[in-house]
Amino acid sequence: MNKEELKIRLTEVLPTVVFEEGGEWTTMIIDPAAWEGVAKELRWEGRLDFDYLFCVTAADWKTHIVMVYHLTSTVHRHTLVVKAKLDRDRPVIRTVADVWRTAEFHEREAFDLMGVEFTGHPDLRRLFMTDEWVGWPLRKDYDDPVNMIKL
Amino acid sequence: MDVSKSFPGEVHPTAGGGVLVTKLDEVINWARSNSLWPLVFGTSCCAIEMMSTAGAKYDWSRFGFEVARATPRQADVIIIAGTIVNKMAPVLKRLYDQMADPKYVIAMGACATSGGPFFYNTYSVVKGADHVIPVDVYVAGCPPRPEALLHALITLQEQIRRGPS
Repeated sequence: MNKEELKIRLTEVLPTVVFEEGGEWTTMIIDPAAWEGVAKELRWEGRLDFDYLFCVTAADWKTHIVMVYHLTSTVHRHTLVVKAKLDRDRPVIRTVADVWRTAEFHEREAFDLMGVEFTGHPDLRRLFMTDEWVGWPLRKDYDDPVNMIKL
Repeated sequence: MDVSKSFPGEVHPTAGGGVLVTKLDEVINWARSNSLWPLVFGTSCCAIEMMSTAGAKYDWSRFGFEVARATPRQADVIIIAGTIVNKMAPVLKRLYDQMADPKYVIAMGACATSGGPFFYNTYSVVKGADHVIPVDVYVAGCPPRPEALLHALITLQEQIRRGPS
């Protein structure tokens, strides 16, 4: 299925869907509050059947944080990117670990390095950093005077 | 072949054979230098070059590096092939401590030498493996070519043959 066909099908299932242009894949923008319903629709609606979440990213744009989810369907062979804009001071979004099990680790990574809070996550704790670590190392304004030599 | 270059000693020809005159320390160092078993240890892309050096094309077995051992207790030399992060530092220290004496360390590539590309603005990287364990030979490169690693290994052999300074 090509990008346009997927867009038509997404609009059938989710009438209020908003797309972003210019990417390699079909990209949709969602309201973080609606993510749980949208995620379950994407996963379980037979015409979409996104059964594989292959990437979860958190990007720091300095003014806000964007969560990016890459989904693909091994049945229909189509790929979708979902983006959600979060408040940088308190980035919160609903977990999708119950929809795609793989999100459990991916979300822990995003929490560990970017400080995104995933409500309802079964085991949200540090993954790479030590448990007592303070701060979110991949944030643009992160500073660590002990370990970092600034240039 | 000039025997004196490879074996530390002189053969005094006598009737019916000869007498070998040498120093035991030098013979031991010579033996050690020609049988250095590396530890299987690689933390990033340098490890790929290290594997290539061990492979058929460059074949470090020719110089006595023979087999890489998967346990520090059987290894003589540890090649730090890659970035050492703060979390890895205690592991590296433990591996080094578990190696039996005499033991040698090669810092392969920019990361192991100084932190390399991760020297500035990084919260997680140790700025040189010599902050954790003592290093005998440093190799420049990012990553170094197999020839460079072989040169470092041969330099280490020369260092061992020369004895403690």
